[in-house]
Amino acid sequence: MRALSAQVRAETYMTLRRGETLLLTIGIPVVFLIFFSSVHVISTGTSTAVDFVVPGILSLAIMSTAMVSLGIATGFERGYGVLKRLGTTPLGRPRLLGAKVSTVLLVEVLQAVVLVVVGLALGWSAGGLSGAPAIGEAVAVGLLGTVAFGGIGLFLAGVLRPEVNLAAANGLYLVLLLLGGMIVPLAKLPSGLADVARLLPAAALSDGLHGSLGTAGTVPLESWVVLALWAVAAPVAAALTFRWE
Amino acid sequence: MATDEAPALGPSPAGAGTTAIECDGLVVRYGETTAVNGLSFDARSGEVLALLGPNGAGKTSTVETLEGYRRPAGGRVRVLGLDPTTEHGQLVGRIGVMLQRGGIYPMLSPRRAVELFAAYYPRPQDPVELLDLVGLRSVAATPWRNLSGGEQQRLSLALALVGRPEVVFLDEPTAGVDPEGRLGIREVIAELRGQGVAVLLTTHELAEAERLADRVVIIHHGRAAASGTLAELAAQSGAAATVRFGSASGLDVRSLSATVGVAVTEESAGRYRLDDAGSPQLTAALASWLAERDAPLSDLQTARSLEETYLSIVGSAAAAEPEPEPLGTGRRRGGRP
Repeated sequence: MRALSAQVRAETYMTLRRGETLLLTIGIPVVFLIFFSSVHVISTGTSTAVDFVVPGILSLAIMSTAMVSLGIATGFERGYGVLKRLGTTPLGRPRLLGAKVSTVLLVEVLQAVVLVVVGLALGWSAGGLSGAPAIGEAVAVGLLGTVAFGGIGLFLAGVLRPEVNLAAANGLYLVLLLLGGMIVPLAKLPSGLADVARLLPAAALSDGLHGSLGTAGTVPLESWVVLALWAVAAPVAAALTFRWE
Repeated sequence: MATDEAPALGPSPAGAGTTAIECDGLVVRYGETTAVNGLSFDARSGEVLALLGPNGAGKTSTVETLEGYRRPAGGRVRVLGLDPTTEHGQLVGRIGVMLQRGGIYPMLSPRRAVELFAAYYPRPQDPVELLDLVGLRSVAATPWRNLSGGEQQRLSLALALVGRPEVVFLDEPTAGVDPEGRLGIREVIAELRGQGVAVLLTTHELAEAERLADRVVIIHHGRAAASGTLAELAAQSGAAATVRFGSASGLDVRSLSATVGVAVTEESAGRYRLDDAGSPQLTAALASWLAERDAPLSDLQTARSLEETYLSIVGSAAAAEPEPEPLGTGRRRGGRP
């Protein structure tokens, strides 16, 4: 327990001290939230833009922490020989993984608090017209998304060189941001592209959060299915291919 | 003595002189390449053993197999009686590891890194005392990436020691470390020996092996080319035994030779060589001969340096086992000129 809590403290310290990570996990989501709520670039189909943007940016926040931040940090830890060195300490892989998961969840809680506060200040009405957001379902779909994106981040970190992983994770982030229904509704995409996008974890997560935090008040079945598949496949792929050195 | 100990759990607990590391016929392969080819040695607690050899000799492969990073392709290794791969979980709390490079979070300061690693072990050393021991107190708050190479090495050493290990593996511990830092690392290693810790270190520098180790295994092409204490290794060498000293130039070497009973030559002005291993009798005779002539005596080297031994062993092993020629170049060289 002492080893795990010390590891969580160290991982959290390092995550929150990296300027580029804070920019990615807090800065960009907050700026996007304010920008796309205030500037009506795209019609969203909700009564106000902020009602669409808050759930979308929460999805973006989960993706940036679980996939990009976790993946890039882990890739460099492998490159620096940190993971190798930890292999000859009593910490062990389960506790190392546990610490990384705990750190991701801590950062996500921090992100959610900041984004919800900013969203409410911008006039977000959680639950949309019904006024009854399904908080429990939103948390569940967020956790499932975290597992899926964490698996993707660790998969890339385990097979690519740290510098290539850095580029790949950031590139994937951009693609999934645009194809994920986070700031651009999927309905605005060309139909073929939208069909592909629906199978990706980003759209499944943002649909899930739009559903549970919007007027629908529930997560669509398709989101559960797609996210669940990714949440199994990605971590399994990571576990099978991960190289510690 | 140990009759009341539970049997069949390996050898008795490590104490003075018990075998801590066993390496028997170790073979390590990477694909087609054989890095270690039948290496055998052992190390006892309270002993500093150096694996000495040129780069690529198989030192790191050997150490990393003992640390449990790779499974041997052949042979048998035990550390504290445990199999480093299958019994890794039982072993990791009892060993300390210093990798050749890196292994530390670049953002963490020595203070944070040592405190983090201390939390992994049941009864760690006090982080502040440990930083004092390795001389990092003044940079305790500086992130790893801003430390000098020598400071990074000393932090790596501190992290190897924080769990009070019974066996310590140090891969090139003094590489890239300034002379002052080396002195500090040597003192730490001497202290570990005094506490009964078994220390296995690698180095490609003869002088370091000479200064640090009780016993040396010279590795060449993945095999133990020679092993023993420094004196034993010197005796194994085929090189001629010599004593060298400095004095006034132009001494009567024939007279000295007649007095001490071995050949004497003046190698350069004021530098003399005697063909002898340096017995006490010879040293006494030399000193009294110089005293009679009121000649100074300086820089007396009464034994062979390890360097002569090392070069003769590694040189002869290299000669006996030439590098295999890659097919392409062999054919070209074998062809007509």
